[in-house]
Amino acid sequence: METIKLTIDNTPVETEKGTTIYQAAKKVGINIPALCYMNLEHLGIKNCPGACRICVVDVAGRRNLAPSCSTACMEGMVVKTNTPRVLNARKTVMELILSDHPKDCLICPANGQCELQALAATLGVREIHAVENAAVSTYRKDASPSLKRDMDKCIMCRRCETMCNDVQTVGALSAINRGFMAVVSPAFEQDLINSPCTFCGQCVAVCPTGALTEVDDTPKVIRALADPTKTVVVQTAPAVRAALGEEFGLKPGTRVTGKMAAALRRLGFDKVFDTDFAADLTIMEEGTELLTRLSKFLGGDKSVRLPIMTSCCPAWVNFFETYYPEMLDVPSTAKSPQQMFGAIAKTYFADKMKVNRKDLVVVSVMPCLAKKYECQRNEFKVDGNPDVDYAISTRELAHLIKMANIDFNSLPDEDFDQPLGESTGAAVIFGTTGGVIEAAVRTAYEIFTGKKLDKIDFTELRGLEGIRTASIDFNGTMINIGIAHQLGNARKLLDGIRSGMYNFHAIEIMACPGGCIGGAGQPYHHGHSEIISARHNAIYKEDEEKTIRKSHENPYIIKLYEEFLGKPMSEMSHHLLHTHYFDKHKV
Amino acid sequence: MSNIKLHDSQIRQIKDICASYGNKPGELINVLHTTQGVFGYLPEEVQREIAKNLNIPVAKVYGVVTFYSFFTMKPKGEHAISLCLGTACYVRGAEGVLDELKKQLGIEVGQVTPDGKFSLDCLRCVGACGLAPVVLIGDKVYGRLDPSKVKEILANYR
Amino acid sequence: MVQVKMHLLVCGGTGCRASESKRLVDELNAQLQANGLADEVKVVITGCFGFCEKGPIVKVIPDNTFYTKVKPEDAEEIVKEHVLKGRKVTRLLYEDPETKTHVSDSKHMEFYQKQVRIALRNCGFIDPENIEEYIVRDGYAALGKVLAMTPAEAIDIVKKSGLRGRGGAGFPTGLKWEIASKNKADQKYVVCNADEGDPGAFMDRSILEGDPNSIVEAMAICGYCIGATKGLIYIRAEYPLAIKRLQVAIGQAREFGLLGNNMLGSDFNFDIELRYGAGAFVCGEETALIHSMEGKRGEPTIKPPFPAEAGFLGKPSNVNNVETFANIPAIFLKGWEWFSSIGTEKSKGTKVFALAGKINNVGLIEVPMGTTLREVIFEIGGGIKGGKKFKAVQTGGPSGGCLTEAHLDTPIDYDNLIAAGSMMGSGGMIVMDEDDCMVSVAKFYLDFIVGESCGKCAPCRIGNKRMHETLEKICQGKGTMEDLDYLDNLSKVIKDTALCGLGQTSPNPVLSTMQYFRDEYLAHVIDKKCPAGRCKALKSYVINADKCMGCTLCAKNCPVSAITGDKKVPHVIDQAKCIKCGTCYEKCKFGAIEIR
Repeated sequence: METIKLTIDNTPVETEKGTTIYQAAKKVGINIPALCYMNLEHLGIKNCPGACRICVVDVAGRRNLAPSCSTACMEGMVVKTNTPRVLNARKTVMELILSDHPKDCLICPANGQCELQALAATLGVREIHAVENAAVSTYRKDASPSLKRDMDKCIMCRRCETMCNDVQTVGALSAINRGFMAVVSPAFEQDLINSPCTFCGQCVAVCPTGALTEVDDTPKVIRALADPTKTVVVQTAPAVRAALGEEFGLKPGTRVTGKMAAALRRLGFDKVFDTDFAADLTIMEEGTELLTRLSKFLGGDKSVRLPIMTSCCPAWVNFFETYYPEMLDVPSTAKSPQQMFGAIAKTYFADKMKVNRKDLVVVSVMPCLAKKYECQRNEFKVDGNPDVDYAISTRELAHLIKMANIDFNSLPDEDFDQPLGESTGAAVIFGTTGGVIEAAVRTAYEIFTGKKLDKIDFTELRGLEGIRTASIDFNGTMINIGIAHQLGNARKLLDGIRSGMYNFHAIEIMACPGGCIGGAGQPYHHGHSEIISARHNAIYKEDEEKTIRKSHENPYIIKLYEEFLGKPMSEMSHHLLHTHYFDKHKV
Repeated sequence: MSNIKLHDSQIRQIKDICASYGNKPGELINVLHTTQGVFGYLPEEVQREIAKNLNIPVAKVYGVVTFYSFFTMKPKGEHAISLCLGTACYVRGAEGVLDELKKQLGIEVGQVTPDGKFSLDCLRCVGACGLAPVVLIGDKVYGRLDPSKVKEILANYR
Repeated sequence: MVQVKMHLLVCGGTGCRASESKRLVDELNAQLQANGLADEVKVVITGCFGFCEKGPIVKVIPDNTFYTKVKPEDAEEIVKEHVLKGRKVTRLLYEDPETKTHVSDSKHMEFYQKQVRIALRNCGFIDPENIEEYIVRDGYAALGKVLAMTPAEAIDIVKKSGLRGRGGAGFPTGLKWEIASKNKADQKYVVCNADEGDPGAFMDRSILEGDPNSIVEAMAICGYCIGATKGLIYIRAEYPLAIKRLQVAIGQAREFGLLGNNMLGSDFNFDIELRYGAGAFVCGEETALIHSMEGKRGEPTIKPPFPAEAGFLGKPSNVNNVETFANIPAIFLKGWEWFSSIGTEKSKGTKVFALAGKINNVGLIEVPMGTTLREVIFEIGGGIKGGKKFKAVQTGGPSGGCLTEAHLDTPIDYDNLIAAGSMMGSGGMIVMDEDDCMVSVAKFYLDFIVGESCGKCAPCRIGNKRMHETLEKICQGKGTMEDLDYLDNLSKVIKDTALCGLGQTSPNPVLSTMQYFRDEYLAHVIDKKCPAGRCKALKSYVINADKCMGCTLCAKNCPVSAITGDKKVPHVIDQAKCIKCGTCYEKCKFGAIEIR
């Protein structure tokens, strides 16, 4: 590999050809501040418009300053990152950005999490030259079921636009207007709900300011918890336990399952349950559906449409309802684990507890913002009462814990409550890309072949590449599997199926980078994709340590079928655990 | 939401325009030019139709429409008045002419008179610097203007 | 067949058409018809003659008689007197402003004497809608020559000629072609940047209107050199006439086998398409232009990659502006030695300027590099209008700067203008006189930039807005010395940090006026006065009691009743009420109202 030698701040650096000054500086411990730049290397996601001009450096012999994020190192280059000229330019540009930014940091939802705020502190901005009647750019505000837009706070870093268009290929957002009024917005500055937005929330996940934030549902949860007439139960998604610790200063990848259960109990939830239980249930239903379709298909039934597609990801559901309305009968009809949980909680569990469903409040803690939208869908309500009342994000749960004065890190490890708290390793891996299909394979294999698996780990299905394919030998029948995470990769996969490039029996799709671990409700990664990798590893570690690792072996699932549902795909299952999809085509 | 409803014939017209450019997303600007030529402006519904035909997000179409000053989402007046604000016109007193136009028409730049007769816009150099300052009304060029001539010229169109 | 004995060339440029040259042509034809001369005398609509100040122009060939400001009503006299009887119509001849004598032909007009026309060689001489007239003047002969060379040989000639890009930055054209030729790809593009956007510049438009074939030919030559088979012309939609003439030229070239497959019997294929701009100045920047051609927002992107590596649709693309291309055929016809003998050491050939503003001879001129500003303004331009005093000349449009009296003897070339704090730019040259306020001029350019900034990078999007607001504050008389420091720092930071050429040069009008006209800034800030009397807020209208006759006209016309006084007694303006509309100043017949 060709290498290049240069000096940065008098330090000699040797680096590969093609490395940017920003990257080369990092190698020798020089962290050049940047704002719009974001490089999620592990996920192949990059935003580098060269727009904010904060990362400028002085390159000897060059007329103007160079944006280090997008300037390649050259042999013999002499770079200075902290001369008075550079520091003044950086600070002046920062002042300019702040001069067109609201100064309500103390009450901003991004307070303490804001990259702009942190950078202003780093650069030591103490005043902004007052220009009389200085214009500020203001825009229409918008609150959808999942996320809020306050574009007065937009700094035009374009990260959200990159996520929405290049990564997710949703196209709800675009840069609009020109010059001072340029901003990122849906068409005609209308509400997101009228756009093709899937509420995946990846725009929120990368926004460096408070321009894009989640809808805060914590006040509703606090009110429910304080209401003596309500029984309040909580479910927590698999990916939450792999990330919540970050909010309390723990190393990324620290698993906090037990502390989380303890914290939820201290917050006053009457029962601390686990979405993982519902994930096992999902495998029972979806796995059975897969096998049924597969058997028919292999038996020569031409009316069967394959591949079966997973349907646990609500942003993915929104995506295919919007962009692939002609394929509405292809995805599994199984509801997502969140909604299966809600449906079981408000029937089976409510009956057991002898509470009216209206007095039972189901709260879910999700790594996801689309779940807020999902639980409000009409088909998931009975007489207007939703199966899941409130979906809060991992970040919102951390807020609740902090507000309740709980010292999270010193909590003991506690268990979930029964019956809806027991889960298997198969359920845990739902939290990362490839996990749902691996869980399904573990169960489907044993049912299909009637044999016990020798090896539970299907490592060929794991990884962080955007599109992965594998063939699994079901005792002589090769089952072709496709996996995609990020909606843009999903689109490629689907288009590949359409064009005949792929021939799959089953595919798993997750909207967010890395799957749920990279969800928009997770603690902010602030551009560090190694955090996502750490969570990914934590999920498999959790699986490994579980005693039971196959969904169909979960004793409480077996009991649920015995006592209530009968068998997978039964009439009761259909009624409670399956759904249908709607044509939501929009441009 | 949408403030106008397109007739089937208009939808067909847009479809034909897009088809004439092979429905290629790269032809968006040409499609917008032609469509604005037909409709006079590019309201929301028109942009949605174009997005559908070219198979691109309407947000992108709107992003392009709002980037280029040639495209407009509002209909122009019956007589579109454009004042050249090139440097030659500026140093030869275009600002005074603009003030007078605003006064006579009772509208600001970018607006249309309530009767729909006139709209007022500024544009970059039209290249008739020898005639500065210059005003275009429709396609007709009026040169060597000063504020005192504005009323008289407008009278021809009232 | 009847021999055509005489040609009447009528300027059909946008400026002259605005002055009804079209109706003039109809009238001339009608008169010729009525006098039975339609076969012997041909009326030709040509491109711009350059002398826009005196348009519409009619030039009579072969005697070169140059009629100015010709109205349709003059057609009869021209035909009856000049055509029939050989007597020149003296009242329509150009009058030398100094000698007050009529100049009968263009060769003796000072406006033309100092000019050397390479890019404009055919403008005003041929019918731009007739390819045969172009061919008669050696059109497409350069292409023929080039097709007999290897691309490397041809590029070498362009390199040796010393031609530099005429769009503003002055990058060596031959080098640009060489880079594009070396990048391997299945498809490459030749792009002509005809998105002329400087406010006060119309060089490219005039070339396209007057000699479209030269651009078509040059693009084909470029295509052959770099190995491209497709050409694209990105042209402003606001240039309908130029678009039409290009379409005609491309159509005719295809008919003549000068575009298309196997051109001139070679195995070289080339064709050209038009793409339309939609009103965004920033699209003159080549990466923005390419994005716009792809149907996207015209936002610039960081270079590298340069268009020569990854341009239109990601393919290597060579972007040159119209004037650059217009020089190409001449270089091949007359040789690089000839071309490089014109101009200065580092700037070869000529430059076309759109001369405008407070100058007698507004128009389009082409002068050798190295001509001084004084020669351009006072000889070719005929000096300042109305006998006023020269104050400044602005070159380079919004990216350039204002130069003063002290720079008048500077020979014009790329490097000298940059050293003086301005730049060549695309060729707008605006002359200002003592009535122009330089703070307002800087504000004018900033206003333009604020309107045209794409909004992508923070320094340009917000910084220019703040600069404009600060200048507005100064013009309102509310400026402080800190504001001047603020402007100075912002200017430097924007130059240092903006993403594209538009942003990096946007502070130039402010920096150059702050440097050369600092007194004027100080007058606004400290004395709260506008020396040129242009800034409304700093003006006060006062009645000179010695001159006031008490006629009451001013008081009657004052829209806010700020003027009081009895008949035949000097009146007084209440400064608190006065809105500085200037009505009293205009109405007073005795010159009693003074601006202070």
